[in-house]
Amino acid sequence: MIVEAFVGNVPENAGFGAPPGGTNTPAKVISHMRDLEYDAVVIGAGAAGMAAALRVHAAGFRVAIVDREDHLGGILLQCIHNGFGLHWFKEELTGPEFAERLAAQVREAGIDVYLNTTVMDLVADNGMKSLIACSAEHGVLSFAARAIVLAMGCRERNRGNIGIPGSRPAGVFTAGLAQRLINIDGYAPGKRVVIIGSGDIGLIMARRLSWVGAKVLAVIEILPHPSGLTRNIVQCLHDFDIPLYLSHIVSRIAGQDRVEAVEVTPLENGTPNPAKTFRLECDTVLLSVGLIPENELSKKAGVQLGHDTGGPRVDAHLMTSVDGVFACGNVLHVHDLVDFVADESSRCGGNVAAYLGAGLSAGGQGRVQAGPNVKYVVPHAYVPGQDTQFSLRAMIVKKRGTLQVKRAGVVIKRKTLQHIKPAEMIYFKMKGTELGPAGPDPAPIEISVE
Amino acid sequence: MNDVFDVAIIGAGAIGAALARRLSAYDLSVALLERCADVCFGVSKANSGIIHAGFHHPVSSLKARLEIRGNLMFEQLQHELGFPFKRVGIIVAAFSYEEMKTVEHLYEQGVANGVPRLEICGRERLLMLEPKLNPDTVGGLYAPTGGIVEPYRYVFALVESAVRNGVALKTEFRVVRAQHDGEAYSIESEAGHRVRARRVINAAGLHADQVSAAFGAEAFTIVPRKGEEFLLERNAAGFPNQVIFPVPGRHTKGILVIPTVEGTMMVGPTAVETEDKEDVETTSDNLDRVFAQAMYMVPVISKREIITSFAGSRPVLPGNDFYIGISRSAPHFIQVAGIQSPGLTASPAIAEYVKDLLKQDGQGLTEKAAYDPFLPPSARVREKNPAELDALMSEDPHYGHIACRCESVSEAEIVEAIRKGHTTLDGIKFYTRAGMGRCQGGFCSYRVIKIIARETGIPIEEITKRGGGSRLLLGKIPVAQGESSEQQMK
Repeated sequence: MIVEAFVGNVPENAGFGAPPGGTNTPAKVISHMRDLEYDAVVIGAGAAGMAAALRVHAAGFRVAIVDREDHLGGILLQCIHNGFGLHWFKEELTGPEFAERLAAQVREAGIDVYLNTTVMDLVADNGMKSLIACSAEHGVLSFAARAIVLAMGCRERNRGNIGIPGSRPAGVFTAGLAQRLINIDGYAPGKRVVIIGSGDIGLIMARRLSWVGAKVLAVIEILPHPSGLTRNIVQCLHDFDIPLYLSHIVSRIAGQDRVEAVEVTPLENGTPNPAKTFRLECDTVLLSVGLIPENELSKKAGVQLGHDTGGPRVDAHLMTSVDGVFACGNVLHVHDLVDFVADESSRCGGNVAAYLGAGLSAGGQGRVQAGPNVKYVVPHAYVPGQDTQFSLRAMIVKKRGTLQVKRAGVVIKRKTLQHIKPAEMIYFKMKGTELGPAGPDPAPIEISVE
Repeated sequence: MNDVFDVAIIGAGAIGAALARRLSAYDLSVALLERCADVCFGVSKANSGIIHAGFHHPVSSLKARLEIRGNLMFEQLQHELGFPFKRVGIIVAAFSYEEMKTVEHLYEQGVANGVPRLEICGRERLLMLEPKLNPDTVGGLYAPTGGIVEPYRYVFALVESAVRNGVALKTEFRVVRAQHDGEAYSIESEAGHRVRARRVINAAGLHADQVSAAFGAEAFTIVPRKGEEFLLERNAAGFPNQVIFPVPGRHTKGILVIPTVEGTMMVGPTAVETEDKEDVETTSDNLDRVFAQAMYMVPVISKREIITSFAGSRPVLPGNDFYIGISRSAPHFIQVAGIQSPGLTASPAIAEYVKDLLKQDGQGLTEKAAYDPFLPPSARVREKNPAELDALMSEDPHYGHIACRCESVSEAEIVEAIRKGHTTLDGIKFYTRAGMGRCQGGFCSYRVIKIIARETGIPIEEITKRGGGSRLLLGKIPVAQGESSEQQMK
């Protein structure tokens, strides 16, 4: 049975923390599970999900977006700094502005959006996919769709993931949680702050905390080079005289009820030197130690994941190992720029439309391999003769380096890059002609940097 | 308060809770006094959650007797209280013929203790029982009556049942002194509150020595033996089905591999004697050693799956046995001290044993007609199929509002926890599992904080992680900080 879909946003105050007995209580209780049918269902309403859905919709297919949050735009809504949109919208925007541009397009297109709705299960055998979701507003929903787009984004690595020793007091936050608390909820997580990890969110939070009157004592980075973008090192640390300790670790968090201090130990030749440990008195520790693609639903659907990216392995069409299940954005691999997320996802949406319509190009695909000094390349396959956009992450820091693509041992492309660093994703396109003529069993290509 | 309680129990961990619940079946007025902001916040919080089979301790020990009796009581308790418990079985894996000798000794000890269905296994049999075991094993012991329980849910359920049957629970009641006036004790808390009780039971865990001293009872010293554990992700591949023990050392049962009853896995605990009872710090040097031992037994374990680590301390007395008895120096004072492993397993039997001691001390025990051993079931969204969830949502649509994505905990479950008195972030975490999953509260903390504020009226800035000074947020941000992009936004 296809019932009338819910279109657009639910009322703003229907989220968490709304007054009891107020608008938080749904007006009507749906007492039976409802079946819905679409050509494609997109899981996640961040930049990735919206960009993909818009493209599927534009091709004339019925698409729905499902998201567990109460808004379109995902994590962008708490990223109130600027620096977004330069590539995709050709102008500089804040996170919420970027999200709103896409959200306006989604509303205008009349795409069905299910907010405050959590996907509980995803079954993706061949043919129709089924997806079970629930929300206080809509009840239990059972979706059937021919294609699924995974666009769930990523989560932050936390204290347990990196095993920081010490006590377990209040006042240890991931940087993204702190960002949410300040920018959305208006609460200060702390007054004297030490940030562990020099990832972009941590750097941006160093500046944000300084602006709201907190003292950021230091950023501690285990690697010999920063993990965030250079512009953020300059604008968020240097401009605020916040010291960055490279090749240092936090060797202990101290404090009984609330954080009281951290102990910082320098690494010498990769090993901590306890003799040089120093103590920073603080009430708060923020962690900006990396992001992990959020693939719990992908696992339920039987999607094969790669160790290199932490996300699904995808073919040249960004389709996962399960037929009709696609992936894009941070669930696929962690991006630095939302512009590239939107670009990749829009392309993914185009592939979904092709899959639903005339069918994806049937040409044989060749493997794409990460060569020397490259952590990963996405997508994991290519079609000769077809323009392909590659995303890759280097493992080295180098000025004026070279990117090289080899096919069957022969160099087919060489490109000079001004800066190579792990913190900055390399995003480059190859023309179909460069990738060689189509054939039944294309040779693998290997991409390296030096 | 002028009322005199018949019995005051000091400490609301597994022992105090089991005892309070047992006594709530009688016509007695009982007070349960807890120093922390919530129950199960002390020793029991860091428990491994194993229901031991009863072969680890010699027949002469009190431990062994109470362990085996306690083990047999868990089906009934689960039936009444609905906490997660599974009799998955325990395996002790040996990796040399020398170790097999110890296994034989454990077998004999277990048989003497009365452990049912114990079995000495050769290599093939052991690997058939547990295919995840390192094939280098030479054999071992299989105890099908061993099990796993979620320790906090067990303690919460006991306390909830006790309170429903009339027990007065007082949290944040840290006993500092007590005086007997010939009729009853006047027990004073650090905050200056008083409770009067004719009989007192010392179930104060790590602080049992200080409580004993406050009552002028026996002098003894509790030594904290710290243990660190690592929690591994729920759907990591290749968990063993049984709890896997190495062949034990002299003081501890060794590093174990424990599939938890909620589907995650624990590796640990270490055992280090410390001086500071408040020291529950984790250290960096344990990880490699613990994982080397665990991975030797179960090679599929990976450090990559760690979602958190934590430490807790066992309250240890010299001689390592439980100390349970009527005080010889303080009147109507019963000691229940040194309850380390297998304390959780033994807890219902300890409650039974202490009830008999109360009788021996002259306490009349008349069964209460209105006693209800059952707790109404509490719904957990993650255990429901879509049809069940649908039915649940017709009762309360907020079961469909998922607050914690990693553990699928709904807003309705969090509200239930708050209404049952769990108003700290940790209290809600241990009651509902919100924040206990792979993201460790990264996504749900702010939601839980807001729901606590909404339901209790506590200002957001005053909500704590676990009571006391553990405030989570340090104030509201003043509006208009002069940040241009923010102003543009509004």
